[in-house]
Amino acid sequence: MFPELNNLLNTTPDRAEQGKLTLLCDAKTDGSFLVHHFLSFYLKANCKVCFVALIQSFSHYNIVGQKLGVSLTAARECGQLVFLEGLKSSVDVFFRAQAEPHPLQFLREADAGNLQPLYEFVREALKPADDGQAAWRCPVLLVDDLSVLLSLGMGAVAVLDFIHYCRAAVCWEQKGNIVALVHDSGDAEDEENDILLNGLSHQSHLILRAEGLATGFCRDVHGQLKILWRTPSQPAAHRDRSLTYQYKIQDKSVSFFAKGMSPAIL
Amino acid sequence: MMAFEQIPKKDWYGILGADPSASVSDLKQKYQKLVLMYHPDKQSADVPAGTMEECIQKFIEIDQAWKILGNEETKKEYDLQRHGGGLAVGTVLLIEEDKYNIYSSLLFKYFLAEGVINGHTLLVASAKEDPADILQELPAPLLDDNCKKDFDEDVGNHKTPESNIKMKIAWRYQLLPKMEPGPVSSSRFGHYYDLSKRMPQELIETSKWHGFFFPEKLSPTLNIEPCSLTHGYIKLLQFIQNVIYEEGFDGSNPQKKQKNILRIGIQNLGSPLWGDDICCTENCDNSHSLTKFLYVLRGLLRTSLSACIITMPTHLIQNKAIIARVTNLSDTVVGLESFIGSERETNPLYKDYHGLIHIRQIPRLNNLIYDVSDVKDLAFKLKRKLFTIERLHLPPDLSDTVSRSSKQIPAASSRLLGQECGVMAGGRKHLDF
Repeated sequence: MFPELNNLLNTTPDRAEQGKLTLLCDAKTDGSFLVHHFLSFYLKANCKVCFVALIQSFSHYNIVGQKLGVSLTAARECGQLVFLEGLKSSVDVFFRAQAEPHPLQFLREADAGNLQPLYEFVREALKPADDGQAAWRCPVLLVDDLSVLLSLGMGAVAVLDFIHYCRAAVCWEQKGNIVALVHDSGDAEDEENDILLNGLSHQSHLILRAEGLATGFCRDVHGQLKILWRTPSQPAAHRDRSLTYQYKIQDKSVSFFAKGMSPAIL
Repeated sequence: MMAFEQIPKKDWYGILGADPSASVSDLKQKYQKLVLMYHPDKQSADVPAGTMEECIQKFIEIDQAWKILGNEETKKEYDLQRHGGGLAVGTVLLIEEDKYNIYSSLLFKYFLAEGVINGHTLLVASAKEDPADILQELPAPLLDDNCKKDFDEDVGNHKTPESNIKMKIAWRYQLLPKMEPGPVSSSRFGHYYDLSKRMPQELIETSKWHGFFFPEKLSPTLNIEPCSLTHGYIKLLQFIQNVIYEEGFDGSNPQKKQKNILRIGIQNLGSPLWGDDICCTENCDNSHSLTKFLYVLRGLLRTSLSACIITMPTHLIQNKAIIARVTNLSDTVVGLESFIGSERETNPLYKDYHGLIHIRQIPRLNNLIYDVSDVKDLAFKLKRKLFTIERLHLPPDLSDTVSRSSKQIPAASSRLLGQECGVMAGGRKHLDF
């Protein structure tokens, strides 16, 4: 996790909030550093994490995780982390008929209507231990990323339904959190993606939006991060709080600074 | 499963105590500080001999580090080698074809030729050309270092020769497989090729290759479960998976222990010849076929010792959303834009070049950062023997004394895509002198 981002969000692993949906989105840039942040944050916060990793391999997250101070292998072995490796599983599902329903079953089907098998997988992974003992703080579902589900043939509504069911099970029932990344396709006119992004934005408690700079590439400022705190349950009578920072990604951390205050310029 | 590990080399950045993303002025500061600390003359008189030797050793290293990192050309070469100027194993390089598929097919052939020279296994897939014919057209390698001089003479005169950065088309795998240590030895970082000659027949015949020519693989009946992929893509995926398993590239076949790399080249993916209609209409029936294919393909690559290059006629895809999705599903994406038939063909600004190379996406592999190159403006030209990629130079307003450490990238760079940050909102700026 990035300590500077924790400061901006006014949170620490000990004081992590519960029952929240956090939406990560990136526009014209790569927001995956946010995924790495939350993964290491919740592991350090002693939460049970179910990571639906659809975009990269396990070792990728593991190696970056080690730079951020967490070991995914250790977490997986002791049961703190349930890792669904999308790329690897997709090969299994696609080429061999599975005996039991697989979370990525929809890859084999021409007209998969919904993501129920995936939801069942998440629910199973995060259900509390049978003996009632709370080994971990609270369950967390992390998804990287939801936009790829659209590329794999699911409709935006199916993905929204999936998140809805997960929210009911994870956020409401078990007082856990959900963090999901969605790409903002910008002017690529991806209608399905826009529906998904808008739908999730309205349900989220916290939105972190990484954007590329409008003026193009810059070596010292990699992008801009907009943080928006929301209260979805209450009407928008009072204004949501928002902050904007610029950031630079380094080998093991990300530094944030106010707009125009990059150390390279000062 | 696969880890993209670096082959360890001398860490010049570490010696200077600097971050690889540090600017040249930062590096210079670090160098100056360190050199003062470790200079033999600056040590106090009563330092024992042992530490004095270490000091001298350190001093030499620091000096060497600055020699390499302080010079722009050598720094670029070192950076390329550090992060691998080649294609990482387990990843997909997507080339957006130029309009007439002239230059993209050249890059395709370079990739395959490098595979032949390195003794890698090839898998060539095409719906248009028989793979056997494609292999016949590979350029001949130049295995002699002296040949580099021939190319330099060919190059012609440049206004500021120091600031030219020739990027070699070099493909090198940089993966040390977890299961079986020991890379296939190819200490050369890429090879040069002569485009005016063909690859010698003996080299082609001794190479191991598998060809997938779609028209030959059409079967009258479909025996597989429908999964919304077009028939061509399903067949291709099964073919690739079969080769990977049979030849042991994924380590799952107990009979086959493979230490080699599989180079997969797929031509014109997405074209109607593959049975896909995304190039024909905006509202296609099967808009997920290509993206699903790419996803499963990447899954295959990540779990095996293979690297893949795909050329795609994206200029024909009418649905922009699909292009965005395809980009997100690939690792490295490069777009070729040739000047043929465009107004730039006659524009004197571009008379030295045949086209532009747009770097649309660079992957972050096992890292928060990626190898950021300063060079955003790349142009290519095809000469009789050589295809070169160079930094785009727009004449002649650059001052004669361009200092090495501060490269002024002309305003034109703002219209070429930056990897990390945004694209200028569509507009093209003309240079006003």
